Amino acid sequence: MSKKETLFSKKNKKLITDPLDSDNPVTVQVLGICSALAITVQLKPAIVMAISVLVVLSVANVVISLMRKLIPSRIRIIVQLVVIATLVILVDQILKAYVYDVSKELSVFVGLIITNCIIMGRLEAFGMANGPWKSFLDGIGNSFGYAWILIAVAFFRELLGSGTLFEIQIIPLSWYIENGGFYANNGMMILPPMALITVGIIIWIQRVKNKSLVESK
Amino acid sequence: MDVNKNSYTFGFAAIMVIVVAVILSGTSIILKDAQDSNVELEKKQNILKSVGVDIIRDSAAIEYDNYIIDQLVLNHLGETQEGSAFDVDLSKEIKKDISEQKLPLYIAEVDDELKYIIPLRGKGLWGPICGFISFNDDFNTVFAAVFDHKGETPGLGAEINKSFFQDPFKGKTILEEGEFVSILVQKGGANGDIHKVDGISGGTITSDGVTDMLNERLKRYLPYFRLMEDNKEEKEVSAAMQAVNIDEKRDTISNIGKRIVD
Repeated sequence: MSKKETLFSKKNKKLITDPLDSDNPVTVQVLGICSALAITVQLKPAIVMAISVLVVLSVANVVISLMRKLIPSRIRIIVQLVVIATLVILVDQILKAYVYDVSKELSVFVGLIITNCIIMGRLEAFGMANGPWKSFLDGIGNSFGYAWILIAVAFFRELLGSGTLFEIQIIPLSWYIENGGFYANNGMMILPPMALITVGIIIWIQRVKNKSLVESK
Repeated sequence: MDVNKNSYTFGFAAIMVIVVAVILSGTSIILKDAQDSNVELEKKQNILKSVGVDIIRDSAAIEYDNYIIDQLVLNHLGETQEGSAFDVDLSKEIKKDISEQKLPLYIAEVDDELKYIIPLRGKGLWGPICGFISFNDDFNTVFAAVFDHKGETPGLGAEINKSFFQDPFKGKTILEEGEFVSILVQKGGANGDIHKVDGISGGTITSDGVTDMLNERLKRYLPYFRLMEDNKEEKEVSAAMQAVNIDEKRDTISNIGKRIVD
C-alpha cells in the first residue's frame, strides 16, 4: 500500500464490493461450486461454512501476502496449500477443545475448506501480488461474495425442500397434504442438482441486472 | 537474494515444514486434555440418551454414575470378562475376529427397570457411524436408540442424529418367533412394520449403513441375551420355589406357635 492511499480508499473499498457482484467468486469466477452444492441443504451449516471460509481466507491471504517475497515460485502452490491446511487444522483443533458443538456441526466441512478453490484462487491471484492490508480486504470481500450466494441458495433449498428455516417450521403444518391441505415439500430441492440449478438462476438474474457480465456475441 | 535457487527452495521447504510441524504438534499437545474430556462426556451423554435420559453435556459425568449400574465386557459366547465397557475401543474391536472381540455392554437402571445398552459402530457414506441402542429386559424390545456420525452429508445422511429418525426405533423388536431378524431401515417407509423404521430421503447409503450396523452388532449379543433369558427363567423358578418354602416355614412356625399356645 502506498503512503498516499488511505486505509479505505476507493480502490480498497472496491476490493470488498466487487466480489459481491461483478466479480463474485461463485457466480462470475465459478469457484467454490462444490461446497455450494454440498452444504446448502440447510441454512445453519451454510452460515457456519461461510464464517469458516471468511476466517481462513482472510488470514491465509495475509500470511501469504507477508511471505510473498520469500516464497520460491516453483513451490508456491505447495506453500499456499500448507498455509491453508495449517490454518484449517488449527481452527479445527481449537473448536474441538473449546466449542465442541460447533466443531461437530462443521465436521466434514473442515476438510472441504482446504479444497475450496476460492481460497487457493485468491492466494495465487491476489495474496502473492499485493500487500497484507489489501489482501485482507480481498479475503473479506471474496468471503462475503461466497457467503451471500451460499446463504441465498440454502435459504431456498431449506424453505422449499424441508419447509423450515434454521430447522424451524415456516410453512404452516396445516397446509400439508397429510394434514388435509394442498402443499408438499419439494424433494428435489434437498438433492444436489437443485443447488446447481438455484445457482444457475442466481447467475441468470445477476446477468439480467448487470449487463457488463454478458459476453458479447 | 535469489529466491529461485535450488538450495533456497530446499531450505525454504525444510524450514516451513519444521515450523508448521512445531505449531501443529504444540497445539495438539496443549489442547489434548480439553478435547479428550469433551469426547468422553459426549460418550456418556449419548449412553444416557439411549435410555431416554436427555441432559446437557456438562452434567453427563454425574448423571452417568447415577444411572449406569454395570459396565460389562463380554466375549462372543456371552460370558462376562474382566474390564470395563467404557474403556473398550469399539473401532478397534470390530476389526478383530469375532472370537477375539470384546463386546461392551452397559446396564442402566431407569425407573426401577433394567435396560441393556449395546454400543454400535458401522460404516456410513463418508466415514464411521455409531450409536447406542437399549433393550428392555425381555431382550427383544428396543427401549430407545441414538445414532451419530463423523461426517455424513449435512441435511441428508447426517440426519440420523435427529430425533425424528431415532424415535421410531422405540418399541421395535429384533426377534420374530425367537429368530433374530434385526431392524431394517426401510427406504420408502416402514408402514407400521414392527421390525422396520423409515429411512431418510437422500440418505440411502447412510440409512443402509445403519441397517448393516444394527444387524452386525446386535447378533453378537444374542448368546448373552439367551444366557440371560435362561437365567431369568431359572430365577423365576427358584423364586417360586423359595416362595413355597417360605410358606411352608411360616406354616411350621405358626404350628409351633399353636402348639405352644395349646
